[in-house]
Amino acid sequence: MRKLLLLMTVVLVGIIFIARLFYLQVYNTSAYNLYEDSAIKKEFNYPKRGYVYDRNGKLLVANQPSYDVMVIPREVVPLDSANLNEFCNLLKITKEDYNRKMDRATNYSPRLPSPFVPQLSKSDYAVLQEKMRKYEGFYIQKRSLRSYQTTIGANVLGDIGEVNRSIISKQPYYKMGDLIGKQGIELSYETTLRGTKGIKFIQKDRFNKNIGPYKDGIYDTLPKPGKDITITIDSELQAYGELLMKHKRGGIVALDPSSGEILAMVTGPSYDPNLLVGRDRSKNFSKLYRDSIANPTFDRGLQAQYPPGSPFKVINALIALQEDVVDTNDRFTCRMGYYYGSRRLTGCHHHKSPVDMNSGIAQSCNAYFVNVYRRIVDKYDDAGKGMNTWAKHARSFGLGNFLNNDLSVGQPGRIPDGDYYDRAYGDNRWGSTYIVSNAIGQGEVEATPIQLANMAAAIGNRGYYFTPHIIKSIEGETIPSQYTTPKYTTIDKEHFEPVIQGMFDVYNKGTAATLKVPGIDICGKTGTAENFVKIDSVKTQLTDHSIFVAFAPKDNPKIAIAVFVENGYWGSRFAGRMASLMIEKYIKGEVTLKHMENWILTHSLENEYAKPYSGEPFKINGETTLQVIDNYAIENQNQSTVKQ
Amino acid sequence: MLRENQRRLKFDWLTIILFLLLVAFGYLNILSASHTGEITNYFDTSELYGKQLVFVGLTFVLIILILSVEAKFYERFASVIYLIALLALVGLFLFGKEINGARSWYAIGSMTLQPSEFAKFATALAVSKYISDLQTNMQTIKDQLRAVAIIMIPAILILLQNDAGSTIVYASFFFVFYREGLQQVYLAIAIITILLAVLGLKFGVLITAVITAIVITSSYFLRKTKRTSIFQYLLVFIVCVGFSYGVKLFYEHGLKEHQQNRISLWLRLEKDPAKLERMKKAEAYNLIQSEQAISSGGFSGKGFLEGTRTTGKFVPEQETDYIFSTVGEEWGFLGSSFVIIVFVLLIIRVLFLAESQKSQFSRVYGYGVASILFVHFTINIGMVMGLIPTVGIPLPFFSYGGSGLWGFTILLFIFIKLDSNKINEW
Ligand SMILES: [Zn+2]
Repeated sequence: MRKLLLLMTVVLVGIIFIARLFYLQVYNTSAYNLYEDSAIKKEFNYPKRGYVYDRNGKLLVANQPSYDVMVIPREVVPLDSANLNEFCNLLKITKEDYNRKMDRATNYSPRLPSPFVPQLSKSDYAVLQEKMRKYEGFYIQKRSLRSYQTTIGANVLGDIGEVNRSIISKQPYYKMGDLIGKQGIELSYETTLRGTKGIKFIQKDRFNKNIGPYKDGIYDTLPKPGKDITITIDSELQAYGELLMKHKRGGIVALDPSSGEILAMVTGPSYDPNLLVGRDRSKNFSKLYRDSIANPTFDRGLQAQYPPGSPFKVINALIALQEDVVDTNDRFTCRMGYYYGSRRLTGCHHHKSPVDMNSGIAQSCNAYFVNVYRRIVDKYDDAGKGMNTWAKHARSFGLGNFLNNDLSVGQPGRIPDGDYYDRAYGDNRWGSTYIVSNAIGQGEVEATPIQLANMAAAIGNRGYYFTPHIIKSIEGETIPSQYTTPKYTTIDKEHFEPVIQGMFDVYNKGTAATLKVPGIDICGKTGTAENFVKIDSVKTQLTDHSIFVAFAPKDNPKIAIAVFVENGYWGSRFAGRMASLMIEKYIKGEVTLKHMENWILTHSLENEYAKPYSGEPFKINGETTLQVIDNYAIENQNQSTVKQ
Repeated sequence: MLRENQRRLKFDWLTIILFLLLVAFGYLNILSASHTGEITNYFDTSELYGKQLVFVGLTFVLIILILSVEAKFYERFASVIYLIALLALVGLFLFGKEINGARSWYAIGSMTLQPSEFAKFATALAVSKYISDLQTNMQTIKDQLRAVAIIMIPAILILLQNDAGSTIVYASFFFVFYREGLQQVYLAIAIITILLAVLGLKFGVLITAVITAIVITSSYFLRKTKRTSIFQYLLVFIVCVGFSYGVKLFYEHGLKEHQQNRISLWLRLEKDPAKLERMKKAEAYNLIQSEQAISSGGFSGKGFLEGTRTTGKFVPEQETDYIFSTVGEEWGFLGSSFVIIVFVLLIIRVLFLAESQKSQFSRVYGYGVASILFVHFTINIGMVMGLIPTVGIPLPFFSYGGSGLWGFTILLFIFIKLDSNKINEW
């Protein structure tokens, strides 16, 4: 025993020591990370964020410097009350703010920097910079904020904001306080615009003094500036679209059919992008975001999915020709609707009957298209096979799926197929008469305005389209080939001419005859979409949405456009007028249809939008009266909106 | 030369290899902890690492000297060496130089010498000489007191020079005395004393009294013989509680504030967050820095000369008492465990050799060597890793300083010499 006491004690101590080492170095420690080493100071050098220009070279987005006060809680030396007072005064915060901010930073991480007071004003910065050395653990980080050179295009341009913790945990490039694209092109071209920040690792001593570059700077990097980009938007057309959309809700998407470039992408209501710059960003953003009724952060041009209504009829005409189930001369009778036996499956309006394809399109005859659609679906013995064929053709126009482009938001829309109805009704327990609404773009078919604009482009191009995109060029890079390679529809080129002639006659003598633009051959199609909301859990019908789809000129089209105005009633009333004005503005560079422009600018739908929330009974569609607004007010807004 | 070679073979090479490993690894860590910027000249004696290299060089001269002296010399002159050491300690009161509040240095030109480092082996020799004397019987109180006196004289002299850390080292001779016949009851008393002190400080005298009462009452009812009366049990109880209370009083009034704070930090007694925050910047500062440096080393360390906290000199006194934090940071769990294993092996090897000695003098001395190394190793590394309160003593063969390195080298190599001579004692 006597001989063993020391021996056992030595062994015991050795085991305890190794256990303690294991606890300190292995169990309680994450893998060594230079960024988290408090002995190494990290100095970030943020590069210039890339500028954004419109297709005509007009600068839309530039930068402005910004200064954040950052804190590393563990390195903060507690301040005595005099110093604390002074510091709080300099930062324009209260002592309670100080403690709250400090707790939040400590809670995030005691050893990593987090923003303490972001985005100081220039004068605050100038005063504070002198005294910063006194406050250990705090430092000033220079960043660059956006400076919008315009008040339009908030949904296009998007904005940048501070990264949150979930982004940091997924993308270690970002550190607390960094800025990242949150919406629009700032989000979809984040890495291009951002560049790469530079970093210097500096060895510190325990008095927080710099004693030189860490390992002679072998890990240091220089900042790589973000690249400037040019986007496809025509800012004048965009501004004009936003002006037309004032006092309405809806979306306009205009494309260049020869390239798929998005010329304008309007959503209403919109907001001034400058609201989302600076210290008030998060306050303003949540105000916009929480407005669930007007919903200004919802891009109606990209995200609103609705039954497209009549414009979809032209797709059915094209499919019918391709499947060889009708001839352009085949005529169908319309008895103010389509009857199956004695049952009226769909109504129609008054027009001459019977109609061939040209008149069917020009007069937007529902009965004509139900006949055509039923022939497509019933071409084979199996309605499922017929529907699958139909869906394949419709989808080749970029409908029913995400466009897979460079926009930060989007929706797939819907093109139902045989399987869809097998699931809905049971295998083979449905037939063409069940689903005739698809013939006229109602029922299960849904599309977004950008999909409809793209559909118009594909028709105007006689059978192909380029994926709609917003990037025109990136400094020193070529744009991805997915945007420069045409995508062909499954419809043969020769079938387009009769359909296009029908769309041309919509303007010539059909439902859009009043919307003609002198000197421009426009092909278009009006549409309306019934829509419902739940008011106190009662499904209530609202005034129809006004829809218009067009391209111009008829040959070698320069613009394809889809306009969608919520509760605007019939297609040519709001959407059609706006489409004509946009087309004229783009092709001629000026608007001669002043009476039409004036009509749009002086008619508001605000009352229409307020009705469902008024708590009182209300009327819809034909029983409504339009709200006319003061022209003078319009003029004023006009000037502030089209700021050069 | 041939005779010399044959003789060298008798030395215990395992011990020597373990010693060399520690000295070499120690030097590398001092190099890391003391360099600033580029190292241009390893022999630059204006830098600590340059000086340490000189000390290491002189160590080998010392080793040759020690090994070439006749083994019998150490036993014969043990008392003389002890007396010289005592005189050197006493001389400090007249000629000593004060560094960091401790008057424990002789200054010779630019060199300083710390006699307390040499007093350790001298005391070990004296204790061995006394115990191995045929007249001495460690079972008797009288001889026990004499043996204690041999260690108490240098211990008290060192304490008077304000070097409390080095004083504690003399407690290591308890292991020696115990091995050489000290009664079991002393071991029990030692353990109970430590338990009572820690319990009393951590949980208060009242709870300690309750625990003591429970233990004593149960042993009263479980006793086998009826010879001890209930009053004797009561007496033991009073002594225990009184001792615990005394420790508390001493802690509160007898200690200097920084000593009190060290114990308070160790036992986590301080509840006031403001005071705790202050202590983190004062008494606990070194420890926090040291633990952070060790932790940051992770499993395999940041690499030799690559420790960011070592380079930034975050740990004060890193090349002396806190040298192990450099090992932790730069060599990680692997390197630190290696150092601990080498120390444990060295101590066990010395113990093993001590037990195999024929002469009692050699055995007692070997035990002394193992005990002294063990106490330094335990207190230093325990302190650097936050397991025991802060006590300033060096890590043998690692910590910067000539006196320390030479003191431990002499201590160890006298034993290697004694061990090599055991064949001659047939
Ligand atoms: Zn009809």
